[in-house]
Amino acid sequence: MPITKDTVEYVAHLARIDLQAKELEKLSRQLEEIVIFIDRFKELDLKGVSAASHILPIHNVLREDAPRPGLCAEKALQCAPQKEGNFFAVPKVIE
Amino acid sequence: MDYQAVIGLEVHAHLKTRTKAFCGCPTEFGAPANSQVCPVCLGFPGSLPVLNKAALDFAVKVALALNCTVQEFTKLDRKNYFYPDLPKNYQISQYDLPLSRNGFLDIFTGKTRKRIGITRVHLEEDAGKLIHQESVSLVDFNRSGIPLLEIVSEPDINSPQEAYAYLTALKSILEYLEVSDCDMEKGSLRCDANISVRKAGEKTLGTKAELKNMNSFKAVRDALDYEILRQSEEVASGNAVVQETRLWDAGKQKTLPMRAKEEAKDYRYFPEPDLPPFIIRAEAIEEVRKGIPEMPREKISRFMSDFGISEYDATILTSRKEDALFAEECIKEYPEKDKKTVTNWLIGPLLSEANNRNCALPGLRITAKRLLGLISLVERQEISGLSAKTVLTEMIDSGREAGEIIKEKGLSQVSDSASLESVADEVIRENVKSVADFKQGKESALMFLVGQAMKKSRGKANPKVIQEVLKRRLADA
Ligand SMILES: [Zn+2]
Repeated sequence: MPITKDTVEYVAHLARIDLQAKELEKLSRQLEEIVIFIDRFKELDLKGVSAASHILPIHNVLREDAPRPGLCAEKALQCAPQKEGNFFAVPKVIE
Repeated sequence: MDYQAVIGLEVHAHLKTRTKAFCGCPTEFGAPANSQVCPVCLGFPGSLPVLNKAALDFAVKVALALNCTVQEFTKLDRKNYFYPDLPKNYQISQYDLPLSRNGFLDIFTGKTRKRIGITRVHLEEDAGKLIHQESVSLVDFNRSGIPLLEIVSEPDINSPQEAYAYLTALKSILEYLEVSDCDMEKGSLRCDANISVRKAGEKTLGTKAELKNMNSFKAVRDALDYEILRQSEEVASGNAVVQETRLWDAGKQKTLPMRAKEEAKDYRYFPEPDLPPFIIRAEAIEEVRKGIPEMPREKISRFMSDFGISEYDATILTSRKEDALFAEECIKEYPEKDKKTVTNWLIGPLLSEANNRNCALPGLRITAKRLLGLISLVERQEISGLSAKTVLTEMIDSGREAGEIIKEKGLSQVSDSASLESVADEVIRENVKSVADFKQGKESALMFLVGQAMKKSRGKANPKVIQEVLKRRLADA
């Protein structure tokens, strides 16, 4: 499957990445190579093989419902670029 | 032209766990902003989620109570999107292998019973809370990571009344299981609706709208009522219904298209690599099933067969678990075989007192024994039904016994005909016209005179006795 520049632009937008024209070109080419590589799976006979969501043989990792100390507001907000009182402040998201 | 509405509901319910879904932060409501947070629920790099066992158990419980098939293999997925209330830029949710599928919920609308399909019940996490101010939006992440159940219905609902009944029945189940507070005001229960209309008898579905921002069951009903009207008018006038998200404006009593331009939904789901999958064995499911108490639907059937009360009455009495427990105690203790009297007391005066006081029946702090005592006073005609309601209110307010209140307020019913004769005579003297009417054969005039006599005795006269006395005195007059 050829990867068009439109596809890369769309994905870049979803990921909120601002790409320059040169980067767009380069990434389109690289992404296409990756997809072509992955396409090689089609050559294998995978009948009866179910999709693996995880590769490690671990399951049912759970914890008890017991509270643990977290961060105080001051600590939590320490790295916030903008704050107001105990809140994180962000550019207004609704008009 | 008749239109049929096709409605599917998507409910999100907070699970009442002590800690969040993937970290040990407490879930208490109303704590100061950002005081119940940690690197996991703030999405700090390098932090790792671990699923809360109680959240999984609660989810399985709900799935079973909704007659769903719990999948043996289930996993969590990342749903990717950007919004300031979502610190990781993805929500941990479930995509192609949800915890459970294919259930149903039976609802009763007062007339008919109907089975509503449940598409799926899955586990996910809540986002933080945004507070919009003049120039900025403020974010509180205390809610971020609280476990949520998403319960999706099939589009089997065909009216706002059915939607209301579905939500009531669902809430009732979640409360019986004690897994959620279901408080829409606190946001622990939320509901979105998909709705389309089609001409009656048509098979293909119309274009649907998604409704959001409904803050109560009543709001859901109102929004659906409005939307059916709006879409029917569009179709009738030959316009196309636009597929869009609309917000319910309770003030305007209207749905309005969401103003912010919506991005095409492209969530790029993929398996959450930080959380290994879950294998839920049949034995484990059976273990959870054993812990499920009697559900509202079963209680309704039992109330109907054991006590001979109607489905309508049973549905009302079992809607809240605490009400059902108290009602059952009263009905069982009530000595007569026909339970209509005690049922009417519970559904009428008792529940209305509870609603006025914003509590459930046990919150009235009147014991079954005392209530039955009061009912028996009415049955023995020691007080009138009217006075009994006054006594009930007083019993609830003061916590005192019925006998004491009756004595103090002089509410004993007068059945002694001798003492009612003077009342009867007075009424006859004061209502010359009605007396004349009665003598000319107008039966209703007698009832008027009885009413006057009741009034004069301040509700204390035994209506049967006063009627007899009046008849006798009228014959003499
Ligand atoms: Zn946390």
